[in-house]
Amino acid sequence: MTVYVYDGTYYGFLCCIFECFEMKEWHAVPVSESVHQSSFFDSQRIITTDASKAERVLNGLQQRIGKSRASDFFRVFLSEDPRALTAAFRLLVALFRGNGNILENYGNDDVLYVAQTLKKVSRERHRMKAFIRFSKSSDGLFFALVEPDFNVLPLIASFFARRYADQNWLIYDVKRNYGIYYDKLTVVEVQLDINIRKQFETTQVKVAADERNAHFEQLWKQYFKSTNIEERRNMKLHMQHVPKRYWKYLVEKQP
Amino acid sequence: MSYLFSNLVRPFHALERHYIKGIMERIEEKLRILADAAKYDVSCSSSGSKRQNKGGIGDASASGICHTYTEDGRCVSLLKILLTNHCIYDCAFCVSRKSSDVKRAAFTVEEVVSLTMNFYRRNYIEGLFLSSGIFKDADFTMERLLRIVKKLRLEERYNGYIHLKTIPGASEELIKEAGLYADRMSINLELPTETGLKLVAPEKDHDSVRKPLAFVNNTIKTFQSERAVIRHTPVFVPAGQSTQMVIGATPETDFQIMSVADEFYRNYNLKRVYYSGYVPVNGSSPLLPEIGTRPPLVRENRLYQADWLLRFYDFRLDEILNPKFSQLDLDIDPKLGWALRNPAFFPVDVNTADYKTIIRIPGIGRQSALKIIRARAFGQLREYQLKRLGIAFNRARYFMRCSDTPFRLGEPNMAQLKSQILKTSHTKYKSLSLEGQLTLFS
Repeated sequence: MTVYVYDGTYYGFLCCIFECFEMKEWHAVPVSESVHQSSFFDSQRIITTDASKAERVLNGLQQRIGKSRASDFFRVFLSEDPRALTAAFRLLVALFRGNGNILENYGNDDVLYVAQTLKKVSRERHRMKAFIRFSKSSDGLFFALVEPDFNVLPLIASFFARRYADQNWLIYDVKRNYGIYYDKLTVVEVQLDINIRKQFETTQVKVAADERNAHFEQLWKQYFKSTNIEERRNMKLHMQHVPKRYWKYLVEKQP
Repeated sequence: MSYLFSNLVRPFHALERHYIKGIMERIEEKLRILADAAKYDVSCSSSGSKRQNKGGIGDASASGICHTYTEDGRCVSLLKILLTNHCIYDCAFCVSRKSSDVKRAAFTVEEVVSLTMNFYRRNYIEGLFLSSGIFKDADFTMERLLRIVKKLRLEERYNGYIHLKTIPGASEELIKEAGLYADRMSINLELPTETGLKLVAPEKDHDSVRKPLAFVNNTIKTFQSERAVIRHTPVFVPAGQSTQMVIGATPETDFQIMSVADEFYRNYNLKRVYYSGYVPVNGSSPLLPEIGTRPPLVRENRLYQADWLLRFYDFRLDEILNPKFSQLDLDIDPKLGWALRNPAFFPVDVNTADYKTIIRIPGIGRQSALKIIRARAFGQLREYQLKRLGIAFNRARYFMRCSDTPFRLGEPNMAQLKSQILKTSHTKYKSLSLEGQLTLFS
């Protein structure tokens, strides 16, 4: 088995497809360098990311299955799940080798796993649209911290830019240590330096929040309590819709 | 007030802080009362509108977004409040009725606008659901609601979702103007039948609901046909209309309830009919269930399932409910119920049947049916493949054939089948229906 070690980016992943066709190594497996452990038995090769090659693969893919389904592969890639990436890789190889409609064959294990992963990523994307809670800082910046299960910030940037077009905002993925920042014109990727990041672990970051912000957080908590119908209490359903791992950043779930 | 809601960004002075604390406490109290009074309106949908952000703030997400869920498991998508709970009517089922001994409050126009904007900007909500008790008269109330939505759209340049109650009896000019700013409008039927309504709310009738529903529906159609000719026709109630019925307050059968729903879907093009299990409110009429009676949650759920079968599964009402079979089973869902009453329809061969037939198999939904139809183009489907597709195999297995299903002679005994399915499936309702009984003994 040949292992392709790539740089962990989507373009790097697409370059593995390029390599696979160039070398006719149909059974190659792509592995991100961050998780790669060299094995005694496999032959491995480092794939350098080349934007022009990646774009050729991307264009070819879009021509074969259309833009929207081509972008499904990007979403699956953001799952960071090695099994899903391997399955997606095999499907891409099959697609380019002429098996054009393989994606509809839900009886195939790879197709099903990729479809299920796609669903999981899409669900997480939707959750982030719902669960992000902005605080307003004293300089007018609306900022939010998140720890999504999958790397979905690239998928929600345009949504928030359209919706909150007239306010500066920052959404920061604490787990992956990068964020997206919008300055009323464009969204850019940002990385905060270590000193600011340290504040996330304490509550110091709250200090910078506008005083009025605390009032609205209090009003929101009050609303959350008042709109509940005690006679219909159903904690199981509540937990199912708002799993505990998201509570940390939800204003209404704070004591 | 202006201190708190201004966009001015600077720290407060000590005096201001004291002053603002007082304001905050009053607003919090109002929010407590007026959110509590609005919560029995179950609609929280924020879908169906495609309003776009044109230089201001906010847009409507076509699929809707639930921003959180309360501890009763209901979605919170909109800031759902009454403008006031003062009301001139005395409907027995309503917590805000005139004779009810509750604290009264009223928001000002500015307060509703600033709460909406500040919640929206922090991504707490998808928008506003604004309703109100009737104070003075219908026009006066409607005019005040209109003033709020206008201020949001025109002054705040807010493009998020707005669900506005149509006040029965309000003038058509006011309703028409409100429709230009709202995404959805609704009026509640309250009780499923006229007789039920007369019993608990003698001052109301269904005609006062039908008239404005018809008016808004016709206006929506007019705007739509105008848009076909003139592209820049403004949108009018783009997410359509809905209504709500209280279930279990008066003794209507499921057949009566669903017949009304079916008729309203057909005549007024409603987007949704909501069924709200009656929660007894303080000191209400002796005609209604007593305080402490559990809301009929299972029945409510079965009605929604029947509603879905009508709208998305191509069932006719008389297949699910009819004068002879007028109550839905509580222990099984209506699709399974129908299947057990119609053994001749089954088993369905998933490798040959068409889409409309496959979605009638209990345990297979629309998504799975589509997957089955796509996947079978690649070869006959076997049971192990169906299991992995995500269908409820334990239910579906008795009603379908895969390529490797052993041949079965004769029709299975449906009563036996039902108990078998109930035994193998762990329904969330088993515990729920038991819960009501167990409290008697504990």
